Amino acid sequence: MIERISGRRTVWCAVMKGLCIISLAIVTALTAFMLIYVLARGIRHITPELLFTSPSMLRNTIGILPDILNTLYIVIATLVVVLPIGVGAAIYLNEYATNRKVVEIIEFAAETLSGIPSIIYGLVGMLVFVQFCSLGTSLLAGALTLVIMNLPTIMRTTQESLKTVPESYREGAFALGAGKWRVIRTVVLPTCINGIVTGCILSIGRILSESAALLFTAGFAHNVNGFIKGLGSAGATLTVALYVYASERGEFDIAFAIAAILMVLTVIINLLTSYMGRLMKRRNGQ
Amino acid sequence: MSIIETKDLDLWYGNMQALKKINLAMDERSITALIGPSGCGKSTFLRTLNRMNDLVPGVRIEGQVLYNGEDIFSPKVDVNGLRYEVGMVFQKPNPFMMSIYDNIAYGPRTHGIRSKVKLDEIVEKALLDASLFDEVKDRLRKSALGLSGGQQQRLCIARALAVQPKVLLMDEPTSALDPISTAKIEELAMSLCDRYTIIIVTHNMQQALRIAHKTAFFLLGEVIEYDDTEKIFSNPSDSRTEDYVTGRFG
Repeated sequence: MIERISGRRTVWCAVMKGLCIISLAIVTALTAFMLIYVLARGIRHITPELLFTSPSMLRNTIGILPDILNTLYIVIATLVVVLPIGVGAAIYLNEYATNRKVVEIIEFAAETLSGIPSIIYGLVGMLVFVQFCSLGTSLLAGALTLVIMNLPTIMRTTQESLKTVPESYREGAFALGAGKWRVIRTVVLPTCINGIVTGCILSIGRILSESAALLFTAGFAHNVNGFIKGLGSAGATLTVALYVYASERGEFDIAFAIAAILMVLTVIINLLTSYMGRLMKRRNGQ
Repeated sequence: MSIIETKDLDLWYGNMQALKKINLAMDERSITALIGPSGCGKSTFLRTLNRMNDLVPGVRIEGQVLYNGEDIFSPKVDVNGLRYEVGMVFQKPNPFMMSIYDNIAYGPRTHGIRSKVKLDEIVEKALLDASLFDEVKDRLRKSALGLSGGQQQRLCIARALAVQPKVLLMDEPTSALDPISTAKIEELAMSLCDRYTIIIVTHNMQQALRIAHKTAFFLLGEVIEYDDTEKIFSNPSDSRTEDYVTGRFG
């Protein structure tokens, strides 16, 4: 009897372990395939001409310099707006708000907002910023749409990092006669700045990878502009350009080159994020 | 003359009354120890003296706390100003995540002192007063979190002294420290009491006996007895005090 049960159990264990190994193999294979396929098809098409010129109908060349600049502009414009608002709201919720119920409702709403599909943000952005605010299809309209999209993320990550600051730090500063804002500015924020920066980097990643919301709001143009003029004009970011070149012009080599660039940028962002995380641990553990 | 005096002080956390009709008068330039079993209200009482309980939601206070004859709960009183005068050292060392120098300079800077020369002077004096100067003088710009627990606690004392308070409240300052660090802090308290008024909460009765001029025995939110330390430990008037100091409960 005992032998039979334990025999069955041993088999069961082996089967489950085998299934887990198969799952892992599938995950590894797919990840490796994605990485290698995209990089292999893309990297050889990344040329100086592609990186540093604009597309030219006359010479029949394609360059993604405008798209790179547009991406940079939209990242900067979005962060400039989203950071103060998101961090400010988080500070209020964590440091000033006394009504726990209201805080929980706002947190829940923010969580929900950060989970809805980005194309919905695009739709709303188009109606509100492009049409109602008559910004037209422009990088600014796109950036404002991304602001709404990233606001919950920035707010929640900031809140979480504010929560890691020990209450005893605040008490220590209050006991020295420091006022509320001084405590926040000189003790609380410096202690958790790494967490806020991490949230910020994650947001940059989201902005880089966003396309659906921008298709509606920022348009498809490929012109090199300065920052201010660029914000007022339509322009494609890298992801949108990828979509355009692949689906409308059949330029798959260019699309894969852009994909490879985006992948490398993502890797850099992930490395930065984990570096900030490690920095934070080191500082806290000192 | 008493620098801090409480009159019929009651305190509630929500519906729970934590302090009942406390009447105590603390002498200037002396050490007063507050002893009693856990949860008897001595820390709560201490935190009332510089209004740290303002930060706790749901606290209600009645009665008076007079600091130099002035009611600290009067609307005229600036709570930050009160905390400059009545400093505090906590149970767990809580240096800020900054350099040793910046930790000490935090209070004076909050106070509006910007001059580098003046700050250097204050930092050095505070570290000397807290007998920490020799141990840290070569690494003032290093993080305060790299110090040992005992050093961190003396740093916190130095940080409190840097704003030149009149009163120093100490909430079980040695409970997280080893005996050698504890002895250093006790020595420090005794050396400071000719200039500062020190009120110290302690679980360690030997500590109260060693350093305090007067001792108050708290039980269930009330002061059972308040007298010279020697009398409390050798010949208490109340049998409950005697039971506690002789270790029969608590």
